[in-house]
Amino acid sequence: MNMKRRVFLKGTLASGMVAVAVGAGLLSPRQVLAAWPKSAFEAKSVNDAMNGIYGTDLAPASGDIQLDAPDIAENGAVVPVKVTATMANVESITIISEKNQTPLIASFNLGATAQGFISTRIKMGQTSNVIAVVKAGGKVYSTRKEVKVTIGGCGG
Amino acid sequence: MSKSSIKIRAKVKGNECEVKALIQHPMETGLRKDKKTGQVIPAHFIQEVNCQHNGKDVVNALWGTAISTNPYVSFIITGAKKGDTITMSWVDNTGGKDSSEAKVS
Repeated sequence: MNMKRRVFLKGTLASGMVAVAVGAGLLSPRQVLAAWPKSAFEAKSVNDAMNGIYGTDLAPASGDIQLDAPDIAENGAVVPVKVTATMANVESITIISEKNQTPLIASFNLGATAQGFISTRIKMGQTSNVIAVVKAGGKVYSTRKEVKVTIGGCGG
Repeated sequence: MSKSSIKIRAKVKGNECEVKALIQHPMETGLRKDKKTGQVIPAHFIQEVNCQHNGKDVVNALWGTAISTNPYVSFIITGAKKGDTITMSWVDNTGGKDSSEAKVS
């Protein structure tokens, strides 16, 4: 019991120190971004998730993003999703499922030699829009597609 | 040699190289209950995946709980040649981690 208390105290102390370091400008924004954005991943709404990742919830629809996902997913625990962005200078691709308990699924930061393409498998709690958000040349774009889910895959 | 949790395939097609990876991980959301005990199974999921091509970062992924169990990911990089090294590593929310490398074919 005491051991756990120690660990807990250490944890709170460490996170407190990170906050101080950020406040004092010891950490550059780049390093801060590299840390896992807890608030964005725990956000309950699409707008909060978008703000957490990109600092804006405005993402105009773009025809240059192709989002491949099934029309009907029989098993919400494994929904294949493929995002192809054909615009220049794609910096990152983010995948959001609108009605998941926490909508933000994943965000991929792409280096200079990586193409605007990501393919992965996601979990969906229920029928919902899947949103692909692409940041390219400093601007944020999105496209969406509805996926019908027969059996939810988030448990609970 | 213990078996890595990451399987990587990287294949060159013209100027592009498709990297595919399968990672073995439970990806528990923290919402599921154990059917026998009724206890909530604590969240256990990968938060960060990093991929390097010849030591240079190409893709850095931040994941939440909604990536499927035993995650699959693929992406395309340019400028890779046969014999180049692709390294991939992950870190999960409990501090677990693993890494693996493969040669481009």
